[in-house]
This record gives sequence, C-alpha cells and structure tokens, in this order.
Amino acid sequence: MTALLFSWALTLAGIMLAAAMGCAVYRMVRGPRAQDRILALDSFYASGMLLMLTFGIKSGTTLYFEAALVIALLGFAGTVALAKFLMRGEVIE
Amino acid sequence: MIPIAELPGWAAFLVALLVLAGAALTLTGATGLLRLRTFYERVHAPTLGTTLGATLILAGSMLCFTVLQSRPVVHEVLILLFVSLTTPVTLMLLVRAALSRDIQEGRVSPPQPDKDRSS
Amino acid sequence: MIRLLKWSLMPAFLMAIWLLLNQSLAPGQIVLGAVLGGFGTWVLTALDPPAGKLPRPLAAMRLFLLVVADIVRSNILVARIIWRDSPGRRPGFVRIPLELRSPYGLAALACIITATPGTIWVDFDSESRVLTIHVLSLVEERIWIDTIKGRYERHLREILE
Repeated sequence: MTALLFSWALTLAGIMLAAAMGCAVYRMVRGPRAQDRILALDSFYASGMLLMLTFGIKSGTTLYFEAALVIALLGFAGTVALAKFLMRGEVIE
Repeated sequence: MIPIAELPGWAAFLVALLVLAGAALTLTGATGLLRLRTFYERVHAPTLGTTLGATLILAGSMLCFTVLQSRPVVHEVLILLFVSLTTPVTLMLLVRAALSRDIQEGRVSPPQPDKDRSS
Repeated sequence: MIRLLKWSLMPAFLMAIWLLLNQSLAPGQIVLGAVLGGFGTWVLTALDPPAGKLPRPLAAMRLFLLVVADIVRSNILVARIIWRDSPGRRPGFVRIPLELRSPYGLAALACIITATPGTIWVDFDSESRVLTIHVLSLVEERIWIDTIKGRYERHLREILE
C-alpha cells in the first residue's frame, strides 16, 4: 500500500515537472524576444534535471545522478554562451 | 538496483513529500514564465525551481538513497552546489544582455542614469 | 600558518568535490583527489585572482543561514505573486550606493541577490559605486536599500574587511 502511494506520488511529481518543461517550451516557442527564449531554455534544462532525479528515486538507482549532473553542466554552458551571444553577437572574443 | 518497496514507511512518506513540494514549486516557477507580463518580471520566476525546488528534490533523493543503501549518500550536494553557483551567473548575464539590447533599441530608458540617491 | 591554510583551502575544496563525485574515501581516491586538487589550483593561478582576506568562518556561517532563511521566505512571496497577483504590484529598478570594496564580497553579494527570488543584480558601476538591481515587487525603494545594505552588505563587510 505504502509502496503504491509512494510510486503514485513520484509519478505525480514527474508529471508536474514535465508540465513545467511544457510551460518552458511554450515560452520558448512564443518568445516574443530572444532573451525570453533563452530564459525558457534555461528553465527547461533545470526542470529536466529535476525530472531525471525524480526518475532516479522512482527506480531506486543512483545511475540517473550522473545524467542530472551532465544536464546541469550543459545547461549552464549553453545558457552562458547564448547570453554572451546576445550581448555581443559573438561567443568567444 | 534496490526495489523501492524496501523503503520504510516514514522515509517513503518524507521522500514523497519533499519531492512533491519541490516539483510543485518548480511548476509554480514555470507558470510564472507564462503569467508574468514583461521579460524583467519573468526573469525572477525560474529562480523558484532552481533554489528551493531543487533543494527539496535533492534532499528527497539524498534521504531516499541514504536509507536504501544504509550509508550516507551525499553526492547530491554537488548538484546543489553547482546549481546554486551557476544560476545567478546565467541570470545576471541574461539580464545584462537583455537590458543592453533594450537600451540600444530605445525600448527601455537606462534606470535613472543621473539621479543619485546616495542619501 | 595562516598562509598555509589559505593556500590549502582551494586544493582541499577540489579534493572534497572529487571524493563526493566518486562516493568513496579509499586511500587511492584521496591521493588522486589531492593531486587533482593541487593541479586544479595551479591552473586557477593562471587567472591571477585578486588577493583577498580569509573570511571569518563564524560570521560567514551566520550570513549563510540568514541567506537560506531569506531564500525560503522570498520563494513563498514570489510563489504567491505568481498564483495571485495583486493589481497594485509594480516591478522596477532600484539603485543602491555601496561601500563594499572587496571583489569577493561583491561577487558574493551578486550571487546572494540573484539567487534570492524576486531580486536580480543588473549592474554595478565601479566608478560611482552604485549598484542597480531589479525587483519584482517594488513597494518602496527605501525598504530595498535598507534590506541590501543593512542585511547583506553589513555582514559581508564584517566577514571580509
């Protein structure tokens, strides 16, 4: 009984995080400006990372941890590069 | 892989609570992306998910694996450290970029350039 | 002694990250972590970081707890604004004159302000030493200036100067 409730709770959390990613995608598509899209992409990455962790808890393995860490790293690098591009029109000066 | 059913009741309850609260907070932040009207307001919204939301979910994960493997599992602290150090950097860069674009295009006047409030 | 402590902080930090990542305290990992920490610190010196004083640990701990409490509180405030926005709320920029000089203090202040939902660091003019932040709910400028200066800047100066 507890196990069932637990897995439902985690599924619900996963759905909420997926909905958060959906909101970010909507903002990414709608814009209206480039900075909105980049902000949405950053939020998308963060929610995706948290979704990975939730999967990890649900399946009881720590394997998802590395995936989450890599998503966080890539999200940071990507957003910084895009923000820099927005500021100057080039990534590496 | 350890079956999740081995988690004792109190731990399962706490983990579920932490993860649900974190997910709800992250979702709130993401809806902020939709509901708030201007970019400068929207930029505040995702911080919800990356500060408290991430902390709650990571705490849930730490608790879950610490109990399951009956040894302290704390490597989630790394993600927390990393996320809390990098989010401010990206948001600052993004706001500065957006502001310089808006000033260039004359959409926003630079915030009170000559008035000094050093009283 | 203090000098030695200062020089071993960064390698120790990097070694701790390495050990956390590998989830082990085996002697081999500790040696490898120490070597990597030393190498990482040597690479970092290429950046030529400005000299800073060693922070006071107790005061830094107090500031950390204060920031955590503030982050939790403003998370709730911003969540409330997102779900039920009051029509009277207006966002805006606030300009705050700062007396904090230490570059590390300024960096810490930037992270604190931006990591707290509802406020974001926009710009710092290093000549007039005026900081510009953007706040989600600008009730009165005075209150924000007092918050930043009274809470964070005072603590940071206490820690670093």
